[in-house]
Amino acid sequence: MIEIRGLVKRFGPLRVLDGLNLDLVRGKVTAILGPNASGKTTLIKCILGLTHFQEGTISFDGRLLDGTHTYRRKIGYMPQVARFPDHLRGREIIAMLKDLRGRPESTDERLVEAFQLGSELDKPVDTLSGGTRQKISAVLAFLFDPVMLFLDEPTAGLDPVASSMLKDRILQDRAAGKTIILTSHIMSEIEELADNVVFLLSGRVRFAGPSDEVKSTTGQDGLERALAQIMTRDSNEIPA
Amino acid sequence: MTATRKIIVYELRDIVRSRWILFYALFFLVITEGLFRFGGGSANALVSLSSLALVIVPLISIVFGAMYLYDARSFTELLLTQPVGRVALFKGLYIGLALPIAMSFLLGIGIPLVFRGILATAHLETALVLAVSGTLLTFIFVALAFLVAVTVEQKVRGLSVSILLWLLLTVLYDGLVLALAAFFADYPLERPMLVLMLLNPVDLARVLLLLTFDLSALMGYTGAVFEQFFGTLAGKAISIAGLMSWIVIPLVAGIRRFKKKDF
Amino acid sequence: MDHDTAGVGHRTRLIVAILITAVVHTAMGQGIVVSPEGPVRSISEAIRQVEPGGQVTVRKGTYREATIEVDKPVTIIGEGYPVLDGEGDRQLMTVTADSVTIRGLEFRNVGVSFVEDRAALKADGVRYCRLESNRFINTFFGIYLARTSQCRVANNVLQGMGSTETRSGNGIHLWYSKQIEIANNTVKGHRDGIYFEFVEDSSVMENVSEVNLRYGLHFMFSDRCKYHKNIFRGNDAGVAVMYTDSVEMIGNRFEHNWGSASFGLLLKDITDSRIQDNHFVENTVAVYAEGSNRIIFERNDFVENGWAVRIMGNALDNVFMRNNFIGNAFDVATNSRRSNSRFEENFWDAYRGYDLDRDGYGDVPFRPVRLFSLIVEKLEPALILLRSPIIGVLDTAERVLPSLTPETLADTRPSMRRIL
Repeated sequence: MIEIRGLVKRFGPLRVLDGLNLDLVRGKVTAILGPNASGKTTLIKCILGLTHFQEGTISFDGRLLDGTHTYRRKIGYMPQVARFPDHLRGREIIAMLKDLRGRPESTDERLVEAFQLGSELDKPVDTLSGGTRQKISAVLAFLFDPVMLFLDEPTAGLDPVASSMLKDRILQDRAAGKTIILTSHIMSEIEELADNVVFLLSGRVRFAGPSDEVKSTTGQDGLERALAQIMTRDSNEIPA
Repeated sequence: MTATRKIIVYELRDIVRSRWILFYALFFLVITEGLFRFGGGSANALVSLSSLALVIVPLISIVFGAMYLYDARSFTELLLTQPVGRVALFKGLYIGLALPIAMSFLLGIGIPLVFRGILATAHLETALVLAVSGTLLTFIFVALAFLVAVTVEQKVRGLSVSILLWLLLTVLYDGLVLALAAFFADYPLERPMLVLMLLNPVDLARVLLLLTFDLSALMGYTGAVFEQFFGTLAGKAISIAGLMSWIVIPLVAGIRRFKKKDF
Repeated sequence: MDHDTAGVGHRTRLIVAILITAVVHTAMGQGIVVSPEGPVRSISEAIRQVEPGGQVTVRKGTYREATIEVDKPVTIIGEGYPVLDGEGDRQLMTVTADSVTIRGLEFRNVGVSFVEDRAALKADGVRYCRLESNRFINTFFGIYLARTSQCRVANNVLQGMGSTETRSGNGIHLWYSKQIEIANNTVKGHRDGIYFEFVEDSSVMENVSEVNLRYGLHFMFSDRCKYHKNIFRGNDAGVAVMYTDSVEMIGNRFEHNWGSASFGLLLKDITDSRIQDNHFVENTVAVYAEGSNRIIFERNDFVENGWAVRIMGNALDNVFMRNNFIGNAFDVATNSRRSNSRFEENFWDAYRGYDLDRDGYGDVPFRPVRLFSLIVEKLEPALILLRSPIIGVLDTAERVLPSLTPETLADTRPSMRRIL
């Protein structure tokens, strides 16, 4: 589905992504994990075309990303923090994205009902709470029935009810054969949702594979402990 | 509809609902009406209004232009994950912002001018030149603001750079011109002055306004040189081209940076 | 009749002259009638026939004849403005006798001459002439008085050829004359509207002199003359007066004399004079004073001029009192670090001071000379920065901390309100 080969992203002297190789498999939920500044967000932004990279290739369904934007029709993105033009209403923002996508005939607005957004969509965005804006952001990500979804800390800021609604939705979409890539700091959430985990460290893939495998190779029961063990082992390997 | 136009439509809707654009129009409305009511004659009022507009329009355009683009950053990111090209998005954001600021200015000065019948007087030419140069200055300084905002990563630093740029073009540049003129006082300066005025959009707008007031009589030989230059078709074409290139060059530079930018 | 300038003797003599004219006129009855139908078809012929003191009545029509010499004291009156047509090549009428009255004629087409001051109507070496209610159209010089005295030129309308300065003569031209009254005339399109050279004790009242090719009013060496309630408007170079003492200019309007070498009122070597209650509106330079001393400028309005007052360092002891300075690009400019003139109780619209003791006068002095006006005095091209914010910054700095502008040139009691 997505093949990444030798991806290098430098900010000045700093190599944020350092020759990264990764395959993201169709029909699975993949969690991208790693400590702060390990390159998670940069990786996602490279795939989305928000950030340019210096070396390497990314191909989407066998086609190299070359700066054109048509592949993004198949992608839905939910950023970590959602901010919209202050004076537009939720409904107008939805209409705007529909317009930009050429008004597709069918759109998926199931989350509007699930979140019971109804009347909230008629208020200017700057009067809404952070959580409500996050809900609108989720609605937008799922709106166009994308084959691939990027969710950056999707449940952060959502109340427990909304959070479980969203998780249900993610599992439904996986069942429908969608590819979902997410980042999260909540390990229980990853254990609950992710089929595969990708663990980044210093701009490289330290580990990629089914989440069960992480636990079995490290001999740890929980994902969090398993990951912690990988990190400590690595830091021991670094010569003083 | 192109993606650019779609973005313009929604951005316009966002901006016309914002309070500051209303204040901006009201500011010019109150000032214009006040000057015509208490300013001692419509010629005087237009002179004061022009002087004020040449300072305020660039300042508001560059500050709000930069602020808007910084604040719209995360929404811009979201839009960039949609099937929209960067150039189309940038153009849409630019026009969608510059247009309502210019409209707000035009309404602010236009309503009192029309209402007071100034357009039917001998001051029509001045009023038109003021409207056109105010509009062009808006587009110029929003373009500069966008160039700054895509170049300087931090918002606070970007706003400082914007204000410095405004100060440079509206005040410091003329100070340098004056210093240069004093330094080369022994040489014929009329033509170099003309070139220096053509290079700065604020000065160009100011000189075009001065000439509508027939102030060239005050300026002796310099005035005659300017009058002669701007009286010709070529002079008019060059000044319009000068103002337009102040829109196009920052905009093209901004687009180039925007295309390469990492979000 | 208003003959303030004339002494009692002059007035008496004039009255006597008029009485004599009237008596003679009555004695002669209707005098001679000139008409295109005859029997007398030419004005020259009528003058030959008429007794001194008699009247020549000219009926409506067009008369083309050689220059008419009026060599006896007669009254010539036109009915329905008969036209004297010079066909572009000659002077129309020369008055060489005292006590001649010319009224109601229309003088046309006096051509350009570069060898003589050819005029439509010239009076040379005479007294007591009255030139009234005539029209002058397309004439080189209009009315020309040389070596005359106690004459009155009133209610005439003069429309010059309005081509170029060198191909055009003056409207009302006076040379070596005294006790002349010029009133209620309208002069347009001449070189100078009203021109005085070596004229004394005369008055110029309520005339309109506009769109002339050089000066609306131009005089030199003409002491003790009065100029009241005239309008000088839109003349190419405005008004210029020189080398004269005791001028009195009251209630005139100097309007829209606009051009790079145009002055509302240019004063050169004018002394001991009074300039009062005049309106200077939209002139490039409203008042320019050079080598002019002891002039009192009082209650004048300076409105929307480029420079209201440009006073050179060689102008001494002038006083500017209770004038209004409103909407001028420059209120006062000078080329000198020292101020040799006084400014008192004027109203300045640029004054930003306050009046805490509420006596109607600002508590801090006003310095009307902007730094920028000093700069442009030395560096003319800098004028293109007019109304640039940097100029405001410099002017304000200079006002707070005067270092270059004449420190003593200040109005210590600026009026808070416009002087009415």
